[in-house]
Amino acid sequence: MESKGKLFQYTDNKKVENILSQYPDNRSATLPLLHLAQAQLGYISTGAINAVAKLTETHPAELMDCVSFYSMFYLCPQGKYKLQVCQTLSCSLNGADNIVEHISKKYKIKPGETSTDGKFTLMKVECLGSCGTAPVVQINNDYHEGLTIPELDELLENVQ
Amino acid sequence: MSEFKPILTEFIDQKNCHTFDFYESKGGYSALKKALSMSPEDVIEEVKASNLRGRGGAGFPTGLKWSFVPPDSDKPKYLINNADESEPGTFKDRLLMNKAPHQMLEGMIIAAYSIGCHTSFIYIRGEFYKECRILEEMIGDAYEHNLLGKNILDSGFNLDIVIHRGAGAYICGEETALLESLEGKRGWPRIKPPFPAIEGYLKSPTVVNNVETLSCLPHILNRGAEWFRSIGPKKGPGPRLFGVSGTVNNPGVFEEEMGIPLKDLIFDRAGGISNGGKLKAVFPGGSSSAILTAEEAMDVRMDFDELSEKKSMLGSAGVIVMDETVNMVQACLNIARFYAHESCGQCTPCREGTTWLVKMLTRMVHGKGTSKDIDMLFEITDNIGGLIDFSKGSYGKTICPFGEAVAWPVRSFVEKFKDEFLQCIMKEEVVA
Repeated sequence: MESKGKLFQYTDNKKVENILSQYPDNRSATLPLLHLAQAQLGYISTGAINAVAKLTETHPAELMDCVSFYSMFYLCPQGKYKLQVCQTLSCSLNGADNIVEHISKKYKIKPGETSTDGKFTLMKVECLGSCGTAPVVQINNDYHEGLTIPELDELLENVQ
Repeated sequence: MSEFKPILTEFIDQKNCHTFDFYESKGGYSALKKALSMSPEDVIEEVKASNLRGRGGAGFPTGLKWSFVPPDSDKPKYLINNADESEPGTFKDRLLMNKAPHQMLEGMIIAAYSIGCHTSFIYIRGEFYKECRILEEMIGDAYEHNLLGKNILDSGFNLDIVIHRGAGAYICGEETALLESLEGKRGWPRIKPPFPAIEGYLKSPTVVNNVETLSCLPHILNRGAEWFRSIGPKKGPGPRLFGVSGTVNNPGVFEEEMGIPLKDLIFDRAGGISNGGKLKAVFPGGSSSAILTAEEAMDVRMDFDELSEKKSMLGSAGVIVMDETVNMVQACLNIARFYAHESCGQCTPCREGTTWLVKMLTRMVHGKGTSKDIDMLFEITDNIGGLIDFSKGSYGKTICPFGEAVAWPVRSFVEKFKDEFLQCIMKEEVVA
């Protein structure tokens, strides 16, 4: 794993150059470069940290300090589908807890865990800014709003 | 009830309302043309005269904020559009970006022109992936129509806009944390002063404005400061997007004039309490505002000053409604947990205090509170957010307002629903 990680290279160098060219200094490109690495790899590997550190002229340890701060950057591989259930008040008042429990039972995973087939990771997340259409579940990049359990089941069938 | 007609959300139900063609067909970018024909100073004066106050949460006067930028500075100046909407109960900027992105962009170009900015950023929360795609399309169209780039509409003014995605940190909505994050660091708020207008992004003068604030600007330029001032309370006028969520029949974003009675929002616009229930308590301005009891909520207007008088705040105008079935200790724990998760960890009172609040409230929810817990909850909130005495202004124990943002709501829960917290104390303790 580690040696594979250390060899990280961006597949789209033009995108990297484009990102760097948009900012007055290279370090400001840190977040977009990390997003790009994660989109390619599914998580931020040690190799990706080293690559981004080099591009942004920071020390890898300094970059790690940044990466570990943000909940959207994953330091280890995640399931193919990240089921991110909002648990903050408006969603909680509208059945978010039932959704977490349902997913937990369905795939035998606790929040933070990935199903044995590597497909689903259950995550409890904080307010997704979709309180008017609670409860909301974000699956990878997409919001699914006002979800009922049958609707969720249908959705999960379709992504299998 | 007033005859208010939506201004910012007038067209959001129409097909393709997010596109450039649609926006232009409704007279879009005429305010920009007008602004570009004025001097930047005159635009700032117009916005100052409108009494527009920031829609992100703090309610700072927008024109005044711009005027702090030193015009003679030889450093580049930056405008940052704060689209990091993360305050629980708030989902209005997302609507504006989805449905009326060009209105926001026009506001951005006007603001950038006023402060002499040539590179501007939209800091959008990382989870808003779909909205990010919409903004990318918006920026592409704007370059194509010479609304961005060099010599905008033959005015000689240049502006580039970069979309910058956050990565899941509530604190990055605080403007100095946002700047740190934009610079590629963890989002730790900075000690102020210096304020961003003097030393912001990369130590250059920087203005950070919220999506909704910027979206107001085209209308102010088009229809004048006087018109804007005539909408709602004079000291904080204009249209406002109120998000109503929680246990109501018809949750959503409602555009109303500032100062609308809270009861109208809950019982008229949002269709009243779910399942014919009774109102118990409300967050009037996002989860960082002190909660109001049903009685207080029935008698308050959604106005900066009136809510301050009630020892709460208008904040982000995110109204979270709780009906009589909601357990106040659990609701308080939910909010405390949010803040414990989102505390950036820089200041000890906040980092440790939020963790302790969660531990104590968790044991109380399980009926294992002790008789000292109520006093201790007050002690901890005082230690995080200072003694809450608005008249003495005695707050501010942390670098940023996050401390107060957790202390105020938690304390308001305990003060206003003390009975429910007392019930969580172990029976033998009560007897003893």
